[in-house]
Amino acid sequence: MRTPSGIRTNGNGRLSLLGRQSPSWWRRRKAQEVIFKALMIFSLLLVVGCLALIVATIVWKGLPALKLSMIFQTPRGGYYLGKEGGILNAILGSLYLAGGATLLALLLSLPIVLYLNIYAGRNSRTAEFIRFSFDVLWGVPSIVYGAFGFLLMAFIGLRTSLLAGMITVAMLELPIMSRAMDEVVRLVSRDLTDAAYSLGATRFETAVKVVVRQTLPGILTAVLIAFGRGIGDAASVLFTAGFTDRVPTSLLQPAATLPLAIFFQLGTPFPEVRERAYASAAVLTILILAISLISRAAVRRYSRHTIR
Amino acid sequence: MRFRAPKNSFKAEKKANKALSHIAVNNIDRPDPQKTQKKRLVKDLAARRFMFGLTLLPGFLVFLILFGLLWKARAILAVKPLGRLLLSTTWKPSQGEFGMLPFLAGTLAVTVVAMVIAAPISLLAAVYLAEYAPRRMRNAVRPLIDLLAGLPSVVYGVWGVLMVVPLVERASRLFGTSSSGYSILAGGIVLAIMVFPTIIHVSLEVFSSVSRDLRDAALSLGATRWEVAKKVVLRKSSQGIVAAVVLGLSRAFGETMAVLMVVGNIPRVPKSLFDPGYPLPALLANNYGEMMSVPLYDSALMLAALVLLVVVLAFNVAARLFLSRVERRAT
Repeated sequence: MRTPSGIRTNGNGRLSLLGRQSPSWWRRRKAQEVIFKALMIFSLLLVVGCLALIVATIVWKGLPALKLSMIFQTPRGGYYLGKEGGILNAILGSLYLAGGATLLALLLSLPIVLYLNIYAGRNSRTAEFIRFSFDVLWGVPSIVYGAFGFLLMAFIGLRTSLLAGMITVAMLELPIMSRAMDEVVRLVSRDLTDAAYSLGATRFETAVKVVVRQTLPGILTAVLIAFGRGIGDAASVLFTAGFTDRVPTSLLQPAATLPLAIFFQLGTPFPEVRERAYASAAVLTILILAISLISRAAVRRYSRHTIR
Repeated sequence: MRFRAPKNSFKAEKKANKALSHIAVNNIDRPDPQKTQKKRLVKDLAARRFMFGLTLLPGFLVFLILFGLLWKARAILAVKPLGRLLLSTTWKPSQGEFGMLPFLAGTLAVTVVAMVIAAPISLLAAVYLAEYAPRRMRNAVRPLIDLLAGLPSVVYGVWGVLMVVPLVERASRLFGTSSSGYSILAGGIVLAIMVFPTIIHVSLEVFSSVSRDLRDAALSLGATRWEVAKKVVLRKSSQGIVAAVVLGLSRAFGETMAVLMVVGNIPRVPKSLFDPGYPLPALLANNYGEMMSVPLYDSALMLAALVLLVVVLAFNVAARLFLSRVERRAT
């Protein structure tokens, strides 16, 4: 007999929790525990293993094909047919693009996050609504941002350019950066802001001189996360930044980006160009890993100054 | 000498005041407290107005994107009914035929395959991390999962071309069909790995909202750890798990580059896992160049983007509402 909750009763109809169960019942529970634990460990290993496998494959395939000339030269004529040159245009283009976009996104998201947590009150209705819309924006696919950026470009009369790419990528980065920042600003203790108010500081002064200082490591992490996302995204710049073999010298010129360079090189039928795609992918991966490591180191360094 | 001492100390005081100027209000640099106070209040008000203006932006952005795409898609919707566009299978832009069914089917197929693979694996991994793993291991694994989430989709695509595609080709021969390897299955596998972090992250958060007491109560009744996980944690957080999976799903639905590189891109409704497909985002990415040269083409592509956005938004909003209910119950 079984009660609904799975606890057995013994023959007399009395509840028995642990006593007088048949040995097979014990064995079955034990077996279930062992089997599922094994399955779970396997799943976790699979997830972590996939990461290791991806990074290892890219680096192992890419590094042999990587030459220094690739990093320090722009493509010469016929680069995509297997001739001489490098992907400096794409590396610099990506850095410019992501840098500009991150700056734009920071200029937008820092005031928004401060407003939500200091003026509006961290659990107010406004804050809830804006957080919700950030969550929704976070889910919008980057290709849709690309399409919208394209529309926006046509609307203000911009051609495919570094600037258009920056604006599009900034929209993409905005929810990522703001959510990451909000997580830390939200945790600033009430006592600290109250202390600032009691000294006569206005809310603006409290925000800039106390809250921002206190959360500097978190803000830095948010910026770096967004920067990494901006460098790696391809679908949104496909429409807006264009592609060129030269390093852009003004905001209104088109710019190449690293992900697109990888994509185009992989799309050619020539094996040596495809090798270069692997090498470029290795460059991109190493760049992303470096950013992640830097953000970790920076957090450790700057969190010395926070008040606990 | 005598006169220098007070001068020096005055300088020092001024310096000290400057250093403390962000805290101290009454110092000698600010001779008229009333004037400065007014200035500070005006500054505060200006900052407040400015920040409030910016704060409205994210709320509007969603509607702005929706409206912009709809406005552009209007041209083709005026010529053809939405139902015909979505359910027709002929895609011949040069002849004015814009049937999107093959692309919808491609997206759907890739997403379903990805979720079938990703949901159980990432849930099991999340349960292990939440219920079994010691704290140190959890702290070590979390950054790795964040890293997996941070890898660019192009890198996933390159990896898919290097490893998954050849693997699928070999597997297809084993099953007695021939496939180039560029297929729905390859796209699904790559996508599955890309949504692991999303599902794990959200479900970890949900699991942590289940109270310690409930677990302890179950353990004290003699339940095994797996029984606690299954009958307490998973049951208690079922809504949140649905939300986690749906969020992963919407991520997979809109993913472009990685899928585009491994899925084959042939506009036919796929019949088996080893058939190539052509998902909706890939359609957008591949044709942006020529869309201005054919009439209605750009409008059709913007409609495709709109369809994508509406589906993803619906998933996202539903999942977030579920999650906020879970959160509220936890606090």
